[in-house]
Amino acid sequence: MLDRLADEIPRFFAWGNVVLLGEAMGITLSMTLVGCVLGFVFAFIIAFTRQVPGIPTLPLRMAAILFVEVFRRIPFLVVLFLVLFFIQAVARGTSLFTVAVVSICIYSTAYIADIIRGGFESVPRQQIEAARAMNFSHLQILGSIIVPQSWPVILPPAVVFMVGFIKDTSLVSQIGVFELTFRARELNNMGFSGILVFGVIAFLYFAISYPLTRWGQWLEKRLER
Amino acid sequence: MRRRASPEARPHPGAFPRLAIMNYTFQWGVALQHLPGLLEGAQLTFIIGFLTFWGASLVGLVMAALKTFGGPIIQRLVGAYVVFFTNTPALIQIWFLYFGLPDVGIVWDKFTCMLIGLILNAGAYLTEIIRAGFISVRRNEIEAAETLGFSLVQQIWFVIVPHIAKTIYPALANFFIVILVMGTSIGSVIGVQELTSQAKDLATVDYRYLEVFTIAAAIYVVLTIVASITLALVGRHVFRVKAKIF
Repeated sequence: MLDRLADEIPRFFAWGNVVLLGEAMGITLSMTLVGCVLGFVFAFIIAFTRQVPGIPTLPLRMAAILFVEVFRRIPFLVVLFLVLFFIQAVARGTSLFTVAVVSICIYSTAYIADIIRGGFESVPRQQIEAARAMNFSHLQILGSIIVPQSWPVILPPAVVFMVGFIKDTSLVSQIGVFELTFRARELNNMGFSGILVFGVIAFLYFAISYPLTRWGQWLEKRLER
Repeated sequence: MRRRASPEARPHPGAFPRLAIMNYTFQWGVALQHLPGLLEGAQLTFIIGFLTFWGASLVGLVMAALKTFGGPIIQRLVGAYVVFFTNTPALIQIWFLYFGLPDVGIVWDKFTCMLIGLILNAGAYLTEIIRAGFISVRRNEIEAAETLGFSLVQQIWFVIVPHIAKTIYPALANFFIVILVMGTSIGSVIGVQELTSQAKDLATVDYRYLEVFTIAAAIYVVLTIVASITLALVGRHVFRVKAKIF
């Protein structure tokens, strides 16, 4: 076993493979980043929609709640397949990377919307009522009262979610995006030992995820004050 | 979508209510024929979720106890386990067990690999949750138990666990849903016939991917809502926790 590993390691870390894994890491990171940042924006809109009072906007609110509740209860893999087949039905020839980003976006929107709602609810009700009594518009209340105060409550869990999602994007390999997990399977199929390949890939994920997790924890501590 | 579907998948007048987007025609009737197969998968999904949850709870409890009461070396080892397993994808862990371990002569079938991988992964997260509960137990209670001559295991089982059960119940209930949703679908990747995997297979029968996956998603939603409500009711009656359902 050990001599087999010793034999494989130089071949495994050949320049071509290093470049391949570097690119794969780039794809993993970029699709998570794009998907989650877009997700954050949409989540903000959804959380805001849930805040708007009044009968005329009731359907919008219901839609927002339904979206969040439904997509938090479906596995990411199923969302991924649904988006893949839906996009293929509507627009053929869309790249798989786009499909992945769209699914990540949908999924993170649902989760982050819930985090943002929690943050919004942490602002005392009286302040909002006071602002309304002073004839603030809804956007003004959001911009100058809710957001500045709920920001420290929202940001740390949102960052933790986004960092955690880097690991969940490994499922994207199932539709054939050339990211880390896909490359791992490919290298394994090329005949490299499973222990070596998956050990290295696990280490690469660790190298991405661990510093970011620590950063998230630091952020949490810092914003607590 | 592919057009070369089986004959009954081709649209024919007046057969099923249809809704067309672009050039895709939904055919729910065809997909609904697969409902029994999907429900079978849902059953397995639930079983996997249940086994994973209890296995992971056990791992988490033991690890949390080791981290709280063990020596410095054991504490470090447990810390390393938690950090490593929470920072790598569950999929890679399972693949490591499934494709990596045969190289050193350990061959497990896919169900065992998936279950062990999921338990180790979820156990790492639960270690943190349960440890937070351990810390919340008041020192006096443990000292009282020590005075009464309880051994360490007895202390944990008779004093700490009943005490933290109430505090960590909401977190555990939430985590069960996460396992049920996120965790079990990973089984489909190595071919365990749970809900996602069944959906993938049954969709290939007559290329009704979108419909079959929509039905699978609906089953997931129903399954988790039922689980949420049950857990909230159990929490309310057994632990007197006002757990939020939604």
